[in-house]
Amino acid sequence: MPTKIEKDSVTGTDTTGHVWDGVRELNTPLPKWWLYTFIACIVFALGQMLLYPSVPYGVGYFHGLLGYSQRKSVDKAVAEVTALRGQSLQAIQKASFAEIQADPKLLATAMTAGRIAFAENCQPCHGAGGGGRLGYPALAAGAWIWGGKLPEIQQTLIHGIRSGDPDARDSQMPKFGVDGLLKPEQIGQIAEYVMTLYGTPVPNVDVAPGKALFAENCAACHGLNGEGKREVGAPRLASKVHLNGLSRADVVAQINNPRMGVMPAWNTRLNEATIKSLALYVHAFGGGE
Amino acid sequence: MAIRHEFFEKNAIFLLVGTLLTVAVGGIVEVIPLFTIETTVEKVQGVRPYSPLELRGRDIYVREGCYLCHSQQIRALRDEVERYGHYSLAAESMYDHPFQWGSKRIGPDLSRVGGKYSSEWHYAHMQNPQALVPESLMPKYAFLAETPLETGDIQARLRTNRMVGVPYTDDQITNASVDLFAQADPNGDPAALMKRYPKANLVAGDGRRVTELDAVVAYLQVLGTMVNFADTSTEKLQQ
Repeated sequence: MPTKIEKDSVTGTDTTGHVWDGVRELNTPLPKWWLYTFIACIVFALGQMLLYPSVPYGVGYFHGLLGYSQRKSVDKAVAEVTALRGQSLQAIQKASFAEIQADPKLLATAMTAGRIAFAENCQPCHGAGGGGRLGYPALAAGAWIWGGKLPEIQQTLIHGIRSGDPDARDSQMPKFGVDGLLKPEQIGQIAEYVMTLYGTPVPNVDVAPGKALFAENCAACHGLNGEGKREVGAPRLASKVHLNGLSRADVVAQINNPRMGVMPAWNTRLNEATIKSLALYVHAFGGGE
Repeated sequence: MAIRHEFFEKNAIFLLVGTLLTVAVGGIVEVIPLFTIETTVEKVQGVRPYSPLELRGRDIYVREGCYLCHSQQIRALRDEVERYGHYSLAAESMYDHPFQWGSKRIGPDLSRVGGKYSSEWHYAHMQNPQALVPESLMPKYAFLAETPLETGDIQARLRTNRMVGVPYTDDQITNASVDLFAQADPNGDPAALMKRYPKANLVAGDGRRVTELDAVVAYLQVLGTMVNFADTSTEKLQQ
C-alpha cells in the first residue's frame, strides 16, 4: 500500500495518501471560518476559567479573578428587590389595619401583596377566592371558626391552627364514638338534631332525645342553639355553611371520630408585612367582620 | 502527519495505548473533581438521615417517578428564592441515594414543601389532586392509600444506606421497625422516635395498618425542614 500524497486533479485538494482497492480519500481542510470560531471558543473558555470559579483543587477550588459567587449574587438581587419594596412593606408593617384601610394607595399595595401570597400559599386549601372546600373553611362566606376580625385573622395566620407553634390556636373535640363516650344510637340521635340546626331536618324523626343529648354533650362548646364558640374554635352549627359535609352520615362521622383541621404557622415562611396584607386580602373576600 | 497515522493504524498495541491515553484525559477531567466532593457539602446543623417511614416514602417517590414532574432544587435565583424559600444546599441532599433534584417542573418544586400544608391536605391531595387544585395536571395516587406498605425489609434498607455512607447508628437500625410504626401512629408515644429522628412528623394513617401513602406523606412533610436557616448565612455557607 503506497503512501503517497497527491493533488486531486478535479478539486485541487490533497489526498490522505491512503489507497484502498484503488480508491483514494480527499483530505479537505476545515473551512477557515469554522476553524477560527473553534479556536475563539477555546480562548473564550480559558478566559471564563480565569474570571469565574472553575478548577477544583484537592481542598477548595479556584475562585476566579472576579470573585463571583451565585449565592452572593442572589442575596444581592433579593436585597435589591426588598429595598425596592421596602418603603411600602415597612409602611404596611408599621401602620395599623385602620390606617392601611384609610390610605387607598397603601391598601392597594397590601391587596396586591395579599393576592400574590394567597395564590401561592392559601389557595390549595381554601380555594380560589376563599370559597373553601370540604374540610377547609369558606373564608368568603364568613364561616369563621376562630374569628373574622382583622387582628384575629392575623393571629391565625401567624401561629396557625394545631400547627405545633406554642401560640397556635388549639382545641380538641372528644372522640365520642371511638372513645365510647356515646353509644352509636345516641350519636345518630344527636346527628338528627344537628340536621335540624342545619335547616335540613331528617323527615319523620323525633329529635327530642337528640336535643337532650346535644345539650348535655355538645352545647358547652357549640352552644345550646348551635351558635358555636370561637374561643375554642367550635364551629357554628346553626348555619348553611358547613365544614365537614351536609349529610347525616357526615355529622355522624364527625361525632364518632372528629376530624380536626390543621393550618400551618405562616410566620416561618412569610414576613410580617405579607401576613398583614394577607389578612386584609382575606378579610375583603366578603366574609370579613 | 500521514506517516504517523499509518504507524498507529498498523501497530495494534500502539493504537490501543494511544486510544486509552486520549480517552483517559476526558475521564480524568470528569472524575478527579469527585474525589473532593466532601468539601462541597456545607457544614450546617440539623440534617439527619431519613426516619424509616420517610425513607420508605422516598422509595415510593422514586418508584412513582415523582421527579419526572417535580424538582427538588431551589436554584440561587431571585424568582425561585422568593417563591420557594432559601436556595437548596448540597448538605440537604447528602443522605439521598440517589438525589431527587430533577429538572422538570410540570408541578412545583418540592424541596421546601414540608410543613407548607397540613398532612391531611396531602392525604386528600394525593388521592384526588383536582379536588383541591382544579387546574392541576397531577395523576391521582389513590391506590397508595390502599396499598399496605412493605415493611419487612426495613432494617436491610437502612443497612444498605449505611453501606453507601448514610450514618445510621446501630440503635437506629435495631429499632427501624419500631420507629416506622411509631411514626404512623398518631395516638402512640413518639418520644423514642423523636429522639432518634428530631422533627419527624407523625402521620395520620387509619390506625390499623401502614399504607404507602402514610410513608409518602411523612417524606413530603420533612422535605426542606431540617436546616434552621435562621442561624446561617451566605458567608458561613461559602466554601
